[in-house]
Amino acid sequence: MRRLLLAIAALCCIAAAADPSEQLPDSAQEARARALFAEFRCVVCQNESIDDSEAEVAGLLRRTVREQVAAGRTDAEVRGYLVDRYGEFVLLKPTFSAGNAILWLLPLALLAGAGGLILWRARRTGGQTDEPPLSAEEEARLATLTADEDGRHRFASTKPSGAGEDDRRMS
Amino acid sequence: MTAELGAFALALSLALSLAQVGLSIAGRITGSAVLNRAGEGAALAAFLVASVAFAALLQGFLTSDFSIANVAANSHTAKPWLYKVAGTWGSHEGSLLLWCVWLTGFGAAAAMFGRGLPAGLKAVTVATQGILGTLFLAFAVFASNPFARLAQVPIEGRSLNPLLQDPALAFHPPLLYGGYVGFSLVFSFAIAALVEGRIDAAWARWVRPWTLLAWSLLTVGVTLGAFWAYYELGWGGWWFWDPVENASFMPWLAGAALLHSAIVTEKRGALGGWTVFLALLAFSFSMLGAFLVRSGVLTSVHAFAVDPERGVMLLVILAITAGAGFALFAWRAPSLAPGGVFAPISREGALVLNNLFLAVAAATVLLGTLYPLMLEAATGQTISVGPPYFNLTFTPLMAAALLILPAGPLLAWKRGDLKGALQRLSLAAGIAIFTALAVLAMNDWKKAFGALGVGLGVWLVCGALAEVVERIRLFRVPGGESWRRLKGLPRGAWGTTLGHLGLGLFVLGACVETGWKLETARVLGAGDRLTVGEYELTLDRAGVVEGPNYIAERGILFARKDGRVVCTVRPERRFFPAGRQTTTEVGLCFEGLSDLYVVFGERRATEAGQPGWVVRAFWNPWARLIFLGPMLMALGGLVSLSDRRLRLAAPPRRAEAKA
Repeated sequence: MRRLLLAIAALCCIAAAADPSEQLPDSAQEARARALFAEFRCVVCQNESIDDSEAEVAGLLRRTVREQVAAGRTDAEVRGYLVDRYGEFVLLKPTFSAGNAILWLLPLALLAGAGGLILWRARRTGGQTDEPPLSAEEEARLATLTADEDGRHRFASTKPSGAGEDDRRMS
Repeated sequence: MTAELGAFALALSLALSLAQVGLSIAGRITGSAVLNRAGEGAALAAFLVASVAFAALLQGFLTSDFSIANVAANSHTAKPWLYKVAGTWGSHEGSLLLWCVWLTGFGAAAAMFGRGLPAGLKAVTVATQGILGTLFLAFAVFASNPFARLAQVPIEGRSLNPLLQDPALAFHPPLLYGGYVGFSLVFSFAIAALVEGRIDAAWARWVRPWTLLAWSLLTVGVTLGAFWAYYELGWGGWWFWDPVENASFMPWLAGAALLHSAIVTEKRGALGGWTVFLALLAFSFSMLGAFLVRSGVLTSVHAFAVDPERGVMLLVILAITAGAGFALFAWRAPSLAPGGVFAPISREGALVLNNLFLAVAAATVLLGTLYPLMLEAATGQTISVGPPYFNLTFTPLMAAALLILPAGPLLAWKRGDLKGALQRLSLAAGIAIFTALAVLAMNDWKKAFGALGVGLGVWLVCGALAEVVERIRLFRVPGGESWRRLKGLPRGAWGTTLGHLGLGLFVLGACVETGWKLETARVLGAGDRLTVGEYELTLDRAGVVEGPNYIAERGILFARKDGRVVCTVRPERRFFPAGRQTTTEVGLCFEGLSDLYVVFGERRATEAGQPGWVVRAFWNPWARLIFLGPMLMALGGLVSLSDRRLRLAAPPRRAEAKA
């Protein structure tokens, strides 16, 4: 029992960002701070935003953000303030910079490139969607195939359609 | 003794896998049916013996044999039996053993159920599966032996991480691994097709059932994991774009793309090379996932079996197998005969678009997951790529894919009638647009994205239903005729409908939950209240309860709606003395499709100075759909799998007709 109480006392708050004791009195400011929390990483945690994290440093970061918001700073100013202190690592949404161009533009480039390739190939074959007409031999095979199967879904019935030697072996 | 038997069985399984490789390759070269059969026999034996090894480890866990180092590190006598069983796959060594059992199992399945396969293709498939088995079993035997003994036997074990002691997570790894490893057989099939130079409708038809099975298992596995994160971590979220989650999502996306491209290859003989590429990619993503999760190169909230040194060996296995696979692809694919041609507006065209979006989405997830690692290696700069990035890149890609989805099944093969398809979807589109506008009208502009998401979900659900209506020609032919058509629909068609319906329900749930969830936290003393949405929670009392291997503080709260008690929630905060860890046990109140989600926190004095507890309550509207939707998708996969056409081992050969 004592151990339980000790363990519980040793833990910090489960309520994380929602902890009533941390909240700002102004509900509009509080909402802005909460929206910002989701953008910042709890720098010592495995991979959590400071909105979710119960770690001490997350609480500290939340307090910083709330103080900044209460002091009337803009979102961009708050981000800059945290990046100055903790580096870009603190941002869960990487900045749109030259260094991160690959990260932001590659998905778009892939989509455009692959889409363009598909379009180009479709254009090239677009004029000739019809396959060449069947040869006499193929016509004959088609005739035998359609003779014993009238439904599209029945061609795989247990009895093979008798098209070649392999089929007979399989039955 | 059991442990030695297990260690022996594991080594024997490795030897049998080697024999499987040698015999099957020899059989392929000489064309000898006897050697091929021997190779298949070795595959079956390797699976049986690997199962014996697994049973031996299970026995060690069930009897709490702490002389086995792995059991001592991951079990405890006081643990309920289910979690003793789950402990078997709760560690690095145990989960690798489970991986090997699935891997040899799929090899045995190929040997057993592949009766109609051409001998050469089958021999190469069995041999490739044997190579994969050999690599992973060698890793298990030489670097990750789960049966190592301890010289000094401890009296008590160190127990399994309490976060993992949960029913959803007990079943999560076996299903997830079934999915991951299920793609190994698809990989082997792809290698065999490249070696044999044969990719046609028949090949696609053999690959599809295994893809369906693996993808369905993976879907259930990932969903269980998300559900676990939802109610065990106590944050009220279910997907965090965490590297480990992404690791399971990439093979899922590749598998989903493969499912669709294989249809085109089967029905129309087209996209053969692309289908093979996806088949190689799906298992490569699975192995990448296994590496990411275990190596600890990426920090994650749910990395449990981290071991950097041995993780590197997984990277080596990944490099060997994926490298060889893609090299073979680069060498052989250009010589493959192009398949049937089709117009851009056709079922094939729609499936190509589906594949374009799914593939780019998978690439985006891969990029976002690995980018911090690559940047750090290249420049030493550390950055984070978190949920905001994926919301801005992945979500629009998927939204575009979902927007075109309902039209796909209504287009004809080869050359479709887009106008006709859209006409038949006009009712569905009307309902979707009306819903989105209605949602927007009831809320303010801040919910515009939520309204769009809801509209998209409704579009998918109605689109899936429209497809059935179209197939049975409801209201266009007499009712009896429609009924007859409904009964006559192939299971494959039902699978498609269920899959797309499940996806629609998921989108609805995810958008409503994300856009409209509410949260309140307060310090409550006995008798105090808090309000979340339309519900009022009253803390009745709190007390200490004792579980089998933990002690907990439990709160009992009544939830009232309109003054009437609708349910009682009992959230807990559990302390596990064995590992000195604390977990939360969320109190859930199921209200239709929505959840009232209550987390019980630490003691703190109330404003009035009375003893109190921090209580955090969420109202998660339609959260149930987030988990039901994917389950429906997996069910769709299984229904499709039971289709007679796929169950038959081999279709009549139509290769000549396609060539």
